[in-house]
Amino acid sequence: MRIATLKTSYAGDEALFDTKLQRSLLALFGLVLAVFPFVAGPYWLFMACLVAINVASATGLNILTGYTGLVSLGQAAFMGVGAYTVAILELRVGTPFPVNLLAAGATTALVGAVVGLPSLRVKGLYLAIATIGASVILHFVFANWSLTGEARGLSMPPARLFGNDLDQPFELYWVIVPITAAMILGAANLFRTRIGRAFIAIRDRDISAEVLGIPLLRYKLTSFAISSFYAGVAGGLWAYFFRVVTPESFPLINSIFYLAAIIVGGMGTILGGILGAAFMTMVPEVLKLVVGWFSPYFPDALAALAPIRTIVFGALIVGFLIFEPQGLAEIWARVRRFFHLWPFKT
Amino acid sequence: MTDWLFLAEVCLAGIGAGALYALTGVAFVLIYKATRVVNLAIGEILMLGGYAFLGFAAGWGLPAWAALPLAVLCGGLFGAVVERTLIRPMLGESPISVFMVTVGLGSMLVGAVELGWGADPLRLPEFVPNRPVFIGEAYLAPKVAYGFVAASLVIAAFVLAFRFSRSGVALRATAGDQGAAYSVGIDVPRVFSLAWTAACATAAGAGVLVGSIGGISPTMGVFGLSVLVVVIVGGLDSIMGALVGGLLVGLIEALAGAFLGGEYKLLATFGLLILILMLRPYGLFGTHEIERL
Repeated sequence: MRIATLKTSYAGDEALFDTKLQRSLLALFGLVLAVFPFVAGPYWLFMACLVAINVASATGLNILTGYTGLVSLGQAAFMGVGAYTVAILELRVGTPFPVNLLAAGATTALVGAVVGLPSLRVKGLYLAIATIGASVILHFVFANWSLTGEARGLSMPPARLFGNDLDQPFELYWVIVPITAAMILGAANLFRTRIGRAFIAIRDRDISAEVLGIPLLRYKLTSFAISSFYAGVAGGLWAYFFRVVTPESFPLINSIFYLAAIIVGGMGTILGGILGAAFMTMVPEVLKLVVGWFSPYFPDALAALAPIRTIVFGALIVGFLIFEPQGLAEIWARVRRFFHLWPFKT
Repeated sequence: MTDWLFLAEVCLAGIGAGALYALTGVAFVLIYKATRVVNLAIGEILMLGGYAFLGFAAGWGLPAWAALPLAVLCGGLFGAVVERTLIRPMLGESPISVFMVTVGLGSMLVGAVELGWGADPLRLPEFVPNRPVFIGEAYLAPKVAYGFVAASLVIAAFVLAFRFSRSGVALRATAGDQGAAYSVGIDVPRVFSLAWTAACATAAGAGVLVGSIGGISPTMGVFGLSVLVVVIVGGLDSIMGALVGGLLVGLIEALAGAFLGGEYKLLATFGLLILILMLRPYGLFGTHEIERL
């Protein structure tokens, strides 16, 4: 049992990771991430990259929805903006890929801020529906603009770093995972600053926040911009990972996927975004495995895979909202509490 | 020179489709008014109605006059079960959570239908007389015309029921003030259940009409997105708004589809949505809720 955590300095109290155990576990996790690509096969590396991209995007949505309380169903469309920016810069301009990723983030942040404009007049579900509208319009632009390759989309060359083509999951892993880690760290730190605290105040009660002297428009748009920046960078990574960007790559269902990921993971916690995105990305793969076991007995089991995934996806959203509204992060916190208090019970 | 006859035909088709939007919009508003739940699964319930009709008419070989009420009944039963099992436990949770529950429900329905009938679009058996209908000189597809008539009748019945029936008054009282409704002896949970049952039954009926015009497929839920625009434009809690919004959206979609091309349909409706949200966030006829600390 942990007796107490005595803090003797302000720095200690404000620290992101406050116990020694937490820091050592984190170091261990970092080590595992570094060793992982050398021991895992190509399939697992592929999945790891995909999880990392989704984690980055879900963390961005968590900043907007979980911390600022503005529900958005446009995350996938924002990722599309990032992916197209990267693809266009790569094909037309040929700038190096770190620049492209930053440009993708910046462009998407700008688009996000514009989409966020209605957020001052409408909120809650109205805002969610306005973002659906924005993503329909963005989708239309992707599919009909000559610059974005219309319905055919764009195929792009692999990213280049120090003269090497990054076209294998093994190589991309070293780009995607560190960037995602940096973005998560940035998000965690954001909520120790004035801006992040202002977001939380707006979530809890926007009128009260305004009374306290937080300019709503500026902070709501900042939240949209930061969240879209995350989506843009994640979209850029996505573009480098798959190297084909089409209008169908970012349908509305993907926006629902990211919202579902932060609900399942736990809204308003950084850990929640990570756990949720990883969980929701892996569930379809686990289902594939399970259905694979049954295929010798039911010949058309594989045909049923897609609908089963859809059903499980919906059931996870509903189940978590009804039975575990705080999400996976809360389950994790409960496990931690159990060990902290052991042999006593909560 | 503008072809006036063509314009008239497009407008008529738009109004015909708009009536179906209005009907589904009424179902949506019914749920929102009584329970404050934004039901994004309405498009999927529509789809369920279409498939239920297909199951009864083609699977069991029932005639259309028997299959249609059965499909509506199925929808109503489904609504009652959903309200009791999924929506009731979410009472008092944030509106966003309940909204996401309906999103999840929609996803489950799509999966279930795909599992049962496959992902390919299907045609409903013909049950509407197919003698062409002319209004003046303008031709109107018979299915659209009969759909319009049926939708108008149902909507009229709803409006009358709201005004005069006991349950309708109870529902309006619940919408006005839940606490007050409780204290005058209205069984509010029963009103909730009734609203879901009636709304889902209506949506299932609308699904049969929509399916008879355009066929049914698991992606039919997209219809729900247009309905969302309809109710936002009209105001989430206004039956009148659903009617006006439905006709407006139907008309705009038809005009955009005819003069700009099919891919502009969704763009036009969502453009309208953004415009309305910027100008009148609570819709044309919706109540402007005043927030107090």
